[in-house]
Amino acid sequence: MIVLDILTWLLVTAGGVFCVIGAVGMLRMPDFFTRMHAASVIDTLGAGLIIVGLILQSGFTLASLKLIILGLLIFFTSPTASHALANAALERGAEPLLADEEGETPSSPR
Amino acid sequence: MSPYRSISVIATLFLFWVVMSGFFTPFLLTMGLLSAGAVLWFAHRMDVMDHEGHPIHLGKNAFTYWPWLLKEIVKSAWEVSRIIVNPALPISPTMLRVKTTQKTPVGQVTYANSITLTPGTISVAIAGDEILVHALTREGAQGVADGDMDRRVTAFEGLS
Repeated sequence: MIVLDILTWLLVTAGGVFCVIGAVGMLRMPDFFTRMHAASVIDTLGAGLIIVGLILQSGFTLASLKLIILGLLIFFTSPTASHALANAALERGAEPLLADEEGETPSSPR
Repeated sequence: MSPYRSISVIATLFLFWVVMSGFFTPFLLTMGLLSAGAVLWFAHRMDVMDHEGHPIHLGKNAFTYWPWLLKEIVKSAWEVSRIIVNPALPISPTMLRVKTTQKTPVGQVTYANSITLTPGTISVAIAGDEILVHALTREGAQGVADGDMDRRVTAFEGLS
């Protein structure tokens, strides 16, 4: 099954690339809320592509069903956790860095 | 309490048990069925097995809404990735309030979670029928304000 192997390679590599992009984004973004946007790339495209790639490897087995359940778990819990985190930050008085009206992007990354 | 909901709960729990265990001996399968029955009984006693705890009525709508949501997630994850690798880091963080048109808490949670699940927008707070959204770019904020997702979630909710 060389075709499946190649597809898995492509999907898992792409997923890994998006995980790295998300990590780089977390370092480059200037404040808390914008960093969370970068992190959400990791648990959507990053995790998603890796899981699909692994499902192709395990075929029609129980392992695939478990991977699907794992994907659904991330699908339902990650937005809930992100919302709780953002909400807690706002409640505690974290000031979101906002772009001003003229369309200037905020500079001076911390 | 409809009997269909009870049947659906016990079927879902037992299926989950079988997938997790991976053993198919009669003794273990019986144990799994008994466990699922016990959890069903607990859920009845705790009164958590309602349209929120086990929303089977959303089942058929999920097949039209989830693929659309998946497409949106991929599209916006790609956009956010492009912003991150762009040396100029072209972000314009925006906060905005959007009205929700969903009638039930389940619908509202679905909408808020869909906003958060799409990279580039996060639902930060919910008050009444308004969601406070933080968007990475002005375009992303405009996308939420257009209300396309809101309409689709209300259709997914299937009450109107």
